Amino acid sequence: MGKHIKTLNRGSLQSTVKDDGCGQCQTSCQSACKTSCTVGNQVCERESSK
Amino acid sequence: MIHKFTFDGANIVLDVNSGAVHVFDDLAAGLLEELPITPEGRVEFPPGKAGRPAEAQAEIEGLVREGLLFSPEPLPRGYHPADRGITKALCLHLAHDCNLRCRYCFAGQGHFGGPRGLMSVETGKKALDLLLSRSGPRRRVEVDFFGGEPLLNLGVLKELVRYGRDKAVALGKEIKFTVTTNALLLTPAVGDYLNREQLSAVLSLDGRPEIHDRMRPFPGGAGSYRQALENAARFVESRAGADYYVRGTFTRYNLDFAADVLHLAGLGFNRVSLEPVVAGPEDDYSFREEDLPRLLSEYEVLTRELLTLYRRGRPLDYFHFNIDLAGGPCLAKRLSGCGAGYEYLAVTPEGSIYPCHQFVGRPGFSMGNVRSGLQEGPIAQQFQQAHVYNKDDCRSCWAKFLCSGGCHANAVSFNNSLVQPYRTGCVITRKRLECALYLKAAVAGIITW
Repeated sequence: MGKHIKTLNRGSLQSTVKDDGCGQCQTSCQSACKTSCTVGNQVCERESSK
Repeated sequence: MIHKFTFDGANIVLDVNSGAVHVFDDLAAGLLEELPITPEGRVEFPPGKAGRPAEAQAEIEGLVREGLLFSPEPLPRGYHPADRGITKALCLHLAHDCNLRCRYCFAGQGHFGGPRGLMSVETGKKALDLLLSRSGPRRRVEVDFFGGEPLLNLGVLKELVRYGRDKAVALGKEIKFTVTTNALLLTPAVGDYLNREQLSAVLSLDGRPEIHDRMRPFPGGAGSYRQALENAARFVESRAGADYYVRGTFTRYNLDFAADVLHLAGLGFNRVSLEPVVAGPEDDYSFREEDLPRLLSEYEVLTRELLTLYRRGRPLDYFHFNIDLAGGPCLAKRLSGCGAGYEYLAVTPEGSIYPCHQFVGRPGFSMGNVRSGLQEGPIAQQFQQAHVYNKDDCRSCWAKFLCSGGCHANAVSFNNSLVQPYRTGCVITRKRLECALYLKAAVAGIITW
């Protein structure tokens, strides 16, 4: 943590760039009729099964 | 690309391309705004600062060096997803009929503009066969029992759970079942079944009694709040508060919707999702342009209320403010979103296949039938190509890797295009993401609140 800037999260997006995705994650509906969500709230299944 | 915003005095900075999130003090935030950025998005640091500004600038430079600020565009040559012909989720419309007549129902009070009807066991089995046969290496597939009201067809639901589970096990897979219900038929016996079989449940409640009853009446016009709440509360208690969401809809009649979230929290529900209605200008309950500022400020009200609940040791899981910063999905998932039209399909009671539940009955979006087979063709292609990098509005949006491009059905409804997102939805999504990032920072203790 710096004196002027505190980092909440370092981000991991760049590390997944070359990966085409394993597709094991839950489907995310973005319409209003279901419990829609932004994909950002999903857990990566590959990570969770490690 | 970065996005900087201030919420209750906290300067929060999202580095869009890495997903890193920082909290800047006012000095560093001011410096950040003054930094010259090249057209390529590179930052050029001015020389000659001294004292505290020099310290702050050094910290900014350090983050840039680490790839945590102004990080590069992840796919400068665009995104070209491979067509793998894999389906991993189905929305099974067990009933195109409903025991309510909700005013805002996109399904035309349950029947989607077609005949009222219930899915047969045979059709349901063929749909599950289709899903499992197209699931490729996916270990876990998902089935949502949907409607209308799916519990109107409970016998078929039970048979399909049994059939699907047996078949999945034989294939070394697992089916996760969810039921989306208005809770009116959720008797203790039905609840016991759902608990025993470990079905997830999405329960429809809109909040305060007068709000719920206004939009969710029985066919005779009486409100359904009392009965729905009684059943939902008993059911949630019976599964010890696990594996459920209460979901509701708010309209321009309750722009103070934070009160509805808090009402539900006060009733003991701690997993809540409350959605803005999507409706055309002809509907009296639809949002007007002039409603947006109030609507957005209400999300701020809700954010503060959630923090208060957290501080009191009664945290509320508000679905739309959830965000997994550390373990979220990969870039491929973030670009493609829901996967409607290829990974995710909807099947009607008659066995007709559509890209998702929202497209059911829409001319031009039929994708075959579970008996004659899925016709992928151009529809699946169009949906697969409707990703963030192919949407002009998304490419320049800071929320693109957290939102994944919005709902296809809304885009088609409002703009008749899969690649032009629904503007109001975008505005709301960006606000919710800001609230979510602020909440994360507040709960992590790196800002004071």
